[in-house]
Amino acid sequence: MMTMTKGSQSLMFAESPYVIGHGAVAGKKESEGPLGKKFDYVDDTNMFGEKTWEQAESSMQRMACRHAMENADVTPKDVRYLFGGDLLRQGVATSMGVEKMQIPMFGLFGACSTSGEALALSAMCVAAGYGDMILAVTSSHFGSAEKEFRFPLGYASQRPLSASWTVTGSGAFVVGRKKSHVRISGVTIGKIVDFGLKDSQNMGACMAPAACDTIVTNLKDFGREPEEYDRIITGDLGYVGQTILFDLMRKKGFNIRPNHADCGKLIFDQDSQDTHAGGSGCGCAAITLAAYILPKLESGEWKKVLFVPTGALMSTVSYNEGNSVPGIAHAIVLEHC
Amino acid sequence: MEETRKKKQEAYENYVKQKTPVHNVYLNMLKAFVTGGAICVVGQWINNYCIQLGLSKEVSGSWTSLLLVLASVILTGFGLYPKMAKWGGAGTLVPITGFANSVAAPAIEYKKEGQVFGIGCKIFTIAGPVILYGIFVSWLLGLVYYLLTKVGIVL
Repeated sequence: MMTMTKGSQSLMFAESPYVIGHGAVAGKKESEGPLGKKFDYVDDTNMFGEKTWEQAESSMQRMACRHAMENADVTPKDVRYLFGGDLLRQGVATSMGVEKMQIPMFGLFGACSTSGEALALSAMCVAAGYGDMILAVTSSHFGSAEKEFRFPLGYASQRPLSASWTVTGSGAFVVGRKKSHVRISGVTIGKIVDFGLKDSQNMGACMAPAACDTIVTNLKDFGREPEEYDRIITGDLGYVGQTILFDLMRKKGFNIRPNHADCGKLIFDQDSQDTHAGGSGCGCAAITLAAYILPKLESGEWKKVLFVPTGALMSTVSYNEGNSVPGIAHAIVLEHC
Repeated sequence: MEETRKKKQEAYENYVKQKTPVHNVYLNMLKAFVTGGAICVVGQWINNYCIQLGLSKEVSGSWTSLLLVLASVILTGFGLYPKMAKWGGAGTLVPITGFANSVAAPAIEYKKEGQVFGIGCKIFTIAGPVILYGIFVSWLLGLVYYLLTKVGIVL
C-alpha cells in the first residue's frame, strides 16, 4: 500500500480527487456584495421558501447540494457519502437539509472551518477508494447565527468594529474520480490552537494563530514557499485577523502579504455594506470558494491555491463559563489541471 | 510552564488590543447624549401636553411611559429601533424605550418556538437580569431605609 502522508500533518494524494461540481446559494446582503452576481441562486427575502431562520438554512443546503450535483451532472443515487455541517446546535441545519436526498452521511462540526473539514474528508474518501463521488456541504445564516450566539435580530445593540457579519449562504461540492479542471492534490489538517483570547466578538484575532499554524505546517510539510501558491486564501479572518496573520507569519519567517486573500474581506464591501471586520460563518468560505475561487482555478487564471477556512471553536455556554475561544484551520491544496 | 503560557496569552491579548479598531468613545458619548436627550424631550412633551389637558401629574407620567413604550415596540417591530441604536448607542438603551425593545425583540424572535417554550420562556432573556437585580437592589435599599428609620436617622 502506497503511503500518502506528508510531513507531520498533511496528505499528498497519489491520485488526486477532482472537484467536479459546486453550488453556491446566498442571501440578499451577499448578493449586493462584490461577488453578488456569481452565485447560483439568491433569495432576497433570506427565507428560501421557509418560515424560520433554521428551516431557511436547511433549505439553502438542499439547494446548494442540488446545484452542485447538477453542475457535476450526477444524481443523489450516484453519491456514496455526504459530509456536512453548520453552526447550529447539534448540526440541525444539515440534518434537516440533506434528509430528503437519502445519501449516507457524516455530520461535522468545525465552526467556520467546516468547508475545509468536509472537503478534506471527501478528498480522503475518494483517494482511499471509499467512493467515486462524495458530497461536501456547509452553511450559515445570519438570522439563525445571531439568534444562537448573540441577540434576537430586533434587539438594539451596537456591534464592535472587530465583529464580523455572519454570511447567509450555503456552498456544496462534489468531489470524485471523474476528471475536471480542478483537483485536490493535498490537504493539511489543522490542530486546535489556543492563544487564550476570550473575546467572541473578535473572532479574527481568535482564529489567526490557527491559520498561521496550518499555513506554516503546510509549507513545511510540502517543502514549499508561499510564492508557489497563486493565492493563499483564508476563510473568515476579516480585516483585524488578516493584519494579525501577517504579523504572525512574519515572525515565522514568511511573507504572505502579496498573495494572501480572505473570503471574509472578498464577500462584502466594507465601506458600503457596514459589515465591520468582514464576513464570517461556514457559508462565507464555502460560497466564496464555489462562486469565486473555483471558477478562477477552472479557467486557469490561478494554477495553485491554498484554501484555508478558519473556525472559532466556542459555544454560548463555553464563553459564559469563561473559557477562551480557540481556533482551528484546515488547508486544502487546489490545483488547475 | 503554566506561568510562561499565561505570560504569552497576556502578551497576545495586549497585542490584539493594539491591532483592533474601536469606536470613538467621545463621539459615541455625544451621539448617545443627543439620542437619549431627544427621546426624553419627546417624553417631556407628552407629559406637558397631558398636564395641559388637565390630567394629574401621576396620570400624565403614566401616559408618558405608556406612549414611549408603545412607540419603541412599534419601532422594534418595523426593525427601526436597532437602526437608531446603531447610531445612538446607550442613548437608546438607557431610557424606558430601551427596556421595551429588550422585551419586544425576543418576543418577536422566539414566537416561532411557541407561546410557552418560545415567548413564555425566552421573552425576558435580555430584560431578565435587569428585572431580577432591579428588584433585588430596591429591596436592599428598602431594608437600608427601614434600618435608618429604626435608628432615627430618617424620620
